[in-house]
Amino acid sequence: MSEPAEIPVLAETLTAALLFFGAVITLIGAFGLVRLPTFYQRVHAPTLGMTLGAVCVALASMIYFSALGTRVVVHEVLIVIFVLFTTPITLLILVRAAVVRDRSEQSGLARSTERTER
Amino acid sequence: MSDLLVWSIIAAQILLGLAMACSVFRILAGPRAQDRVVGFDSLYVNAMLLLLTYGIRSGSSLYFEAALIVALLGFVSTVALAKFLLRGEVIE
Repeated sequence: MSEPAEIPVLAETLTAALLFFGAVITLIGAFGLVRLPTFYQRVHAPTLGMTLGAVCVALASMIYFSALGTRVVVHEVLIVIFVLFTTPITLLILVRAAVVRDRSEQSGLARSTERTER
Repeated sequence: MSDLLVWSIIAAQILLGLAMACSVFRILAGPRAQDRVVGFDSLYVNAMLLLLTYGIRSGSSLYFEAALIVALLGFVSTVALAKFLLRGEVIE
């Protein structure tokens, strides 16, 4: 792997801190996905954790590459905006699907118990 | 590239790999279909972050475009899966 050029110490420290922070937040979100008991609780953990984690990692990449001076910063803003917009949309659609499925299952369950009672 | 940045990149890669393992566990063990879709959603976001981290390590801008494509296709496929769970078919 080729060694990149030297960049200022402040930018380097900021990049390292933001990278580590973003990875830790993402891991916390994914850990909540494993540990929380019900589906409606489980949806929230990765949504919250991964939004902040993605913003932190993209910010770190932005700072690093703009300090390196190889390209313009605008690219990572694209990822940040995209993640910020799509994560709540995904959450809403998934939870709506889960609610519809649960309701249809419950009504089907009630119908089948009525049938067995008869 | 100083030691601090190298070690923090390695640590971030390990942590993101652990997060991907958590998502894979939820995909394999999820009791219902929507649990698996949530696991897949967090899996592709983690893969995108891992690509960004690898791009910082190697200093090239190719990985950024791969990460953007992963984000776009992952969002579209998650919405398609959720639509399938909601209606029973993707395109009506």
